[in-house]
Amino acid sequence: MLKELSRKGRRAYSLPELDERVRDSMGDIYHELPESMLRDSPPNLPELSEPEIVRHFVRLSQMNFAIDLGMYPLGSCTMKYNPKVSQRIARNPKMANLHPYQDESTVQGTLEILFELGEILSEIAGMDRFSLAPAAGAQGEYVGALIIRNYLRDNKFTGKDEMLVPDSAHGTNPASAAMAGFKVVKIPSSDDGIVTAEAVVSKITDRTAGMMLTVPSTLGIFEREIVEVAKIIHEENGLMYYDGANMNALLGRVRPGDMGFDVIHINVHKTFATPHGGGGPGAGPVGVKAELQDYLPVPLISKTGDSYHLDYKSSKSIGFIKSFYGNSAVLLRAYCYILSLGKEGLKTVSEQAVLASNYLLSLLDGDSYSTPYSPKTPRKHEFVVSSSPLKKRYGVSAGDVAKTILDHGMHSPTIYFPLIVAEALMIEPTESEPLENLESYAQVLNEIAKLAAVEKESVLASPKNTSIGRLDEYKASHPNTMILNWNSVPASRNQS
Amino acid sequence: MWDLFERIVFFVVVQLFEIDALRLLILKNENCRRFKNLMAVHKFLPNSDEEITRTMLEKLGLRNLDDLFADIPESVRLRRPMNIPDALSEIELEKRVSEKLSRNKAAPEFLNFIGGGNWNHHVPSVIDEILSRSEFYTAYTPYQPEISQGMLQALFEYQSQMCDLTSMDVANSSMYDWSSGLGEAGRMAQRVTGRTKIVASSAASPERLGVLETYCEPAGISVTRTKFNSAGETDLDFIYSNLDDSTAAVYIENPNFLGVIERSAEDIARNCHKHGALLIVGVNPMSLGIMRSPGSYGADIVVGDGQPLGLYPNFGGPLMGIFATRSEPTLLRQMPGRLIGMTESKIGSERGYTMVLQTREQHIRREHATSNICTNESLFALAVSIYLSIMGPAGMKEIGERIVANSRYALKRLVEEGLSAPHFGGKFFGDVSLKSKPNSIDLSKSLVSYGILGGLPLGRFYSELKYISLFSFNEVHSVDDIERLISALKSVDSKIA
Repeated sequence: MLKELSRKGRRAYSLPELDERVRDSMGDIYHELPESMLRDSPPNLPELSEPEIVRHFVRLSQMNFAIDLGMYPLGSCTMKYNPKVSQRIARNPKMANLHPYQDESTVQGTLEILFELGEILSEIAGMDRFSLAPAAGAQGEYVGALIIRNYLRDNKFTGKDEMLVPDSAHGTNPASAAMAGFKVVKIPSSDDGIVTAEAVVSKITDRTAGMMLTVPSTLGIFEREIVEVAKIIHEENGLMYYDGANMNALLGRVRPGDMGFDVIHINVHKTFATPHGGGGPGAGPVGVKAELQDYLPVPLISKTGDSYHLDYKSSKSIGFIKSFYGNSAVLLRAYCYILSLGKEGLKTVSEQAVLASNYLLSLLDGDSYSTPYSPKTPRKHEFVVSSSPLKKRYGVSAGDVAKTILDHGMHSPTIYFPLIVAEALMIEPTESEPLENLESYAQVLNEIAKLAAVEKESVLASPKNTSIGRLDEYKASHPNTMILNWNSVPASRNQS
Repeated sequence: MWDLFERIVFFVVVQLFEIDALRLLILKNENCRRFKNLMAVHKFLPNSDEEITRTMLEKLGLRNLDDLFADIPESVRLRRPMNIPDALSEIELEKRVSEKLSRNKAAPEFLNFIGGGNWNHHVPSVIDEILSRSEFYTAYTPYQPEISQGMLQALFEYQSQMCDLTSMDVANSSMYDWSSGLGEAGRMAQRVTGRTKIVASSAASPERLGVLETYCEPAGISVTRTKFNSAGETDLDFIYSNLDDSTAAVYIENPNFLGVIERSAEDIARNCHKHGALLIVGVNPMSLGIMRSPGSYGADIVVGDGQPLGLYPNFGGPLMGIFATRSEPTLLRQMPGRLIGMTESKIGSERGYTMVLQTREQHIRREHATSNICTNESLFALAVSIYLSIMGPAGMKEIGERIVANSRYALKRLVEEGLSAPHFGGKFFGDVSLKSKPNSIDLSKSLVSYGILGGLPLGRFYSELKYISLFSFNEVHSVDDIERLISALKSVDSKIA
């Protein structure tokens, strides 16, 4: 830890010498500040030199798996290759040094790019207008839920306080709906793994405000009754929300707007290849149909003649959602990615992502990894298998399988999600993986199944080749042993 | 037979005369034929070669790629190409984007004196280097801790450093930004106190207060905005007359959006606690090397932006929201966002790091979660950790002193040159308030032609401050830079007179 490397008196910063004109004109600068508000002693931060800092963080980077190191098929996370050209472009000082409160006339280049991106996203998604403000998918969902609520309220559809959410939905959907004040009504998936018109009819009431849905579902199955479902919701004056986390399956093939969705967010750190930074940043632009555009958060980017403006005028807007205008440097990377692929390339992306997912599924030992919900239906960009057979036969869980994968220089799938599949392994290989990697991944999974039969202990003891073995998660979150800060590390746990 | 002969002749001709263009033409024609029913090979897509795609399709028993999409209802399929641009090569892409960006005006060609929640501080070179390591930037959320120890440890260290800086017990591993952190703090205050009234200083950023309202209103929380006085400080009488046993929280910023230090923060904290309300403090962390930490004067929740600590302005995003609180279980359990804890390996008891208290989060608790946040700003929590490692206690103190010194020098020179500053009577950290003859928005427009960006036109946010601008000074400004600003201001002001 940095704190343990610290030695009093070391430093890694350098500032210019204080100019003598400044020094000569000043007395004690602390007299310039209210005495009651001065810090008693400097913060208790570690003291290190530059080489030590660089080694520390480079060493940490070597204990971190990433898409640039190998296959990372976390379901619903769309861990695809992040183009390097986007990184280089985003380092341009005319982007990096741009201040959000500069006069509009001095930021026209970036406003133009963001405006164009909004138009492109509208075309890709079949929507009419996008706000680029939301910082991530979940914030986009919250914005979308507020738009639905306010639109219904303004149009005198009163008492609509229920949001329908399928049982297979991402956790953010019910969480966002609840934050926006909705009561969440769960729709069970059918035996085929889809949301049927029948299931929606059984749950819809005059209190239904709308439905939040990801297509394809988290099972990787296309919602083939979507047109009827949207019709039922609309007939009840509800609105359809599209969770864009799974959009990588559909580019150029079918657009959410054409399927009947009214509001959508897109996770550009998934579909449009912006790096996820080990947990963030992302960006979650929100698109809507024309009748909802006045509700988008402020500011929007507008164009008059050849110039671009930040537009704060809409009186119906849900208001401010984020500091300034959105994660612009992330959005710039998405713009670069889209232009790198173009209209044909993006369609190929989805075709390749879907092909890869089905190909990998076809190579798995179906006796060990069963495919719940209409196994004959082709999956889209991701699929879910259950390792229940391994659990029943050998007591090896999905978690054990996941940990064993780590020993092969690959990332495990998303596990125990969606909640409707026991011992779920949710796999999204993306279009970035060469055929050979898909085959190796299947081979590793199949070998783990064999190992579970003959040498179960080895699976339970994995991972062994990682920087650390399995962690004590119970101790980590137990109030008596939880450590959230290096100042609360007990002496017995100190290491040099 | 003839076809083969023709091909051989072509081949020989090409080889003999090394006519690359011809060879390319032939290849291109072949490509057209081969991919007519499939797609073009793309450099990001390793299986987009026709042979590979066909192999995969055959294995699946499918005829073509359309078979994979057969379950999409006919009526909604897109039957035309998307109306978006064609693909650009890397050369064309870089040219196109850099042409657009060249229309922007930014440092280092322009001097920048704008603050307001985003600052053009120096970013140490070490940060650029470490953040360029794709082991960090191309990772996802650390769901598998055994292969994510690097990011997890960095986030744990960030949390610890942020606690040291703010004198709080627990910091989460980041929110999107200061604003959304504030919004979440408002909702957390309601969950903790069971009350629905927040009193917020109008000397806080109006845009951040807007976000606070957007987050609070659906939870039935009302936000009352207080007044500020001529010193630029929050009006205490107004706060206290609105503070009672139904108040969930009071929100102040320090230094506030007008650049002024809230001297009475400790008094406000005491009064909040007397009524069982929480004090939420928004802070510029750059000030905390010399200014009192919010934890030391009684803040219950601290929010702010890590941007000044090692992030480029990037037109306002991505940023890095600070969120810290005290360790009482009632606060901790209601905290939003991801927390990283230290634990041990099951075998060998080696020190390790993992995500903790996930039962608060949306992927476990769904509609009962403390927040819907999932993606955060981890990469920039890493940047802030590197920044604080570089600065250490001495650096944070010295940079704070430098900001105060440079801004006092600038103020002295403004006064000497007969300009009207400071407008606010309160003590400030690094932002000098100036009253100008042109309105503040016009002033910032006029300064562009002098190669200067700023100040922050307060007229953009407050109708009563139409002629007031804030000029933010920091460690990157030399005396010559400050003199350039002064002479430009004099020139613009004299044109109006």
